[in-house]
Amino acid sequence: MRIVIKGGRVVDPDRLDGIRDVFIEDDQIAAVIGQEEDAGRPFGENDADRVIAAQDCIVSPGLVDMHVHLREPGEEYKETIETGIRAAAAGGFTSICCMPNTKPVNDSKEVTTYIISRAKSFRSVRVFPVAAVSMGLEGEALSEYGALKAAGAVAVSDDGRPVANSQLMRRALEYSQSIGFPVISHTEELTLSNGVMNEGPVATRLGLSGIPNAAESVMVMRDIALAELTGSPVHIAHVSTSESVREIRAAKQRGVAVTAETAPHFFTLTDQSVVEYNTHAKMYPPLRSEKDRRTVCEALADGTIDAIATDHAPHSELEKQVPFDEAANGVIGLETSVSLGLRIVEEGWLTLWQWIEKMSINPARILGLPTGIRVGGRADLTVIDPSQAYTYRAAEGLSKARNTPFEGWELKGRTRCTIVDGRIIHEI
Amino acid sequence: MGLSKKDILDVDSLSVDEIQTILDTADGLKEISSRPIKKVPTLRGKTVILFFHEPSTRTRMSFDIAAKRLSADSISITAGSSSMVKGETLIDTAKNIEAMTPDIIVIRHASSGAPYLLAKMLSSAIINAGDGMHAHPTQALLDMMTVREKKGRLEGLRIAIIGDIAHSRVARSNVAGFTKMGAAVCLAGPPTMLPYGVDSLGAHVTHDMDEAIEGADVIMMLRIQKERQKHFLFPTEREYAKRYGLSPERLKNAGPDVLIMHPGPLNRGVEISPQIADGPYSLILDQVANGVALRMSLLYLLGGGARHADRD
Repeated sequence: MRIVIKGGRVVDPDRLDGIRDVFIEDDQIAAVIGQEEDAGRPFGENDADRVIAAQDCIVSPGLVDMHVHLREPGEEYKETIETGIRAAAAGGFTSICCMPNTKPVNDSKEVTTYIISRAKSFRSVRVFPVAAVSMGLEGEALSEYGALKAAGAVAVSDDGRPVANSQLMRRALEYSQSIGFPVISHTEELTLSNGVMNEGPVATRLGLSGIPNAAESVMVMRDIALAELTGSPVHIAHVSTSESVREIRAAKQRGVAVTAETAPHFFTLTDQSVVEYNTHAKMYPPLRSEKDRRTVCEALADGTIDAIATDHAPHSELEKQVPFDEAANGVIGLETSVSLGLRIVEEGWLTLWQWIEKMSINPARILGLPTGIRVGGRADLTVIDPSQAYTYRAAEGLSKARNTPFEGWELKGRTRCTIVDGRIIHEI
Repeated sequence: MGLSKKDILDVDSLSVDEIQTILDTADGLKEISSRPIKKVPTLRGKTVILFFHEPSTRTRMSFDIAAKRLSADSISITAGSSSMVKGETLIDTAKNIEAMTPDIIVIRHASSGAPYLLAKMLSSAIINAGDGMHAHPTQALLDMMTVREKKGRLEGLRIAIIGDIAHSRVARSNVAGFTKMGAAVCLAGPPTMLPYGVDSLGAHVTHDMDEAIEGADVIMMLRIQKERQKHFLFPTEREYAKRYGLSPERLKNAGPDVLIMHPGPLNRGVEISPQIADGPYSLILDQVANGVALRMSLLYLLGGGARHADRD
């Protein structure tokens, strides 16, 4: 298969940014060449199987979402590996990491192997399982990191639950050193987080119990202390508060191996979205104040937050068409991430380079996955039309779930084409 | 004049005129309860469902009596006796209720916002009889009715609300109602019982009970729930009673014609001393009596009574 992506703005931050033609041969990038240049073209356009006209588009290294819930095995009524992958491809992602809180929990090589082989059968987005820190996510015993790594897991996390036991967290950080696993931490102090939305004036008015910022930040502080103690890297998932940002920033300055991600809903929305008891605005951590939202944007810009990850958390109507306090936590995000990210680029919070770093380069680095646009490198690419405007309708999306707070939003910037291993897996 | 809305979900969404209409109508209907034959045919043929998903004696009885005095057919469903114990969802139960074509559904639910969910899904009129920690609009309206009856006005009065504000739907609705009608509300309680951002509700806030009741025209005491002790909100009932209980000594600082209110049920000797609950300033039983009239007013206004009158 030969593909030419013609005339797009090819961006690989710090290495490459300009109008280029990208030649793909089989699973590799064969050449990246300026339009005026004739030399070095591996094949003529007429010999290509496909020519993708990418004028006014961005050609980015394939996007990586390091925080996705695919729900399979066990909760296929919410999402399956197949539907999750299709949503990811539509969202421009070439690689995704799926969290272990499935049924059964991914704490064994069998579940890891199942997810990988199932995902491979669709010959689409690459799926990298994140295995459980503790057996059954129960916070009592380490799972078999060696076997999990051998089966293809790339990190460990008890996501959805915190590792409440600090000794277990310490040992997980230490033990994972010998395996080469980053530990991804869902930071939540359970004795402080027994609310259903952000603690603040909106919760007070709605009569909903609040979750203070400290429920997140005290665990961020603990994990930073443990990363310092053990010398192991820790990755903080879904950062939502100013206090967490402050702690991570200070830790990075003194050289602690801490990295962090945030989700598009945290840099786009605030707890005002909960008014009228909108269960599609309920997740953990909860949507915070405007001050926190702005701090998260600043933290993306100054490098405190390394990655944007969706925390795509599909749920069925069964879990969302209920009173607010009974509703499940989580929102979908794979198909809106690009548009929402480009929105803060347009608002001036981030440069395009920074955004691509956070959507591809950095998450790949944290997890030890290949990325970038290199001749001879594998052809995982995302072609984005930054000016295409559309009205988002979850029902028209490819995820099985519709639990989005962005229903009906006028968005701009959309994935034109997603390429994995030199094959077009999504195109509009 | 009637009400233009389908539902009564909270006080915030009622206008000053609408509140006045509701209170005036209640004043007019109150007399029915003192007749030898306590029944008028106004809502004959109307069906009112009392869907109580949380324990209640006073409010459910009050709605039931109100409906019956207007000749509506009222049917009670409680959580324990409904299919919800068999795992049916709130929405499904409500849709089944609606399939039997009631005119008004009165709902009480432990989850804040549950009545909004019903209002969105159903075409029947919904009255919120208390949802979680959010709102208890009929309680606030009957409290305003009672104060207006005794003081002749609401504007310019000073209302002190004392106790566990954080967990109180009564407090939230009363702040919204009284401030809307021009009264000044002061909230007092220990810091553990004042919700984060409480100032945004539009009331003055203090930790000092004496400050709150000094010069107050009305003191509203909130019920203290013993189980909150487990959540570290207060050390002991003894300490709470001493710091935030209403005793005769404390009352000396209040205005000369101060009125004492309590939404019930009382914890005698904890938030309110028996001498005060049973004393001359207490409106506690007036609140209960007016509750029937106020709920008659809402059933009448939502049940089509006013619309028929308009057409005539």
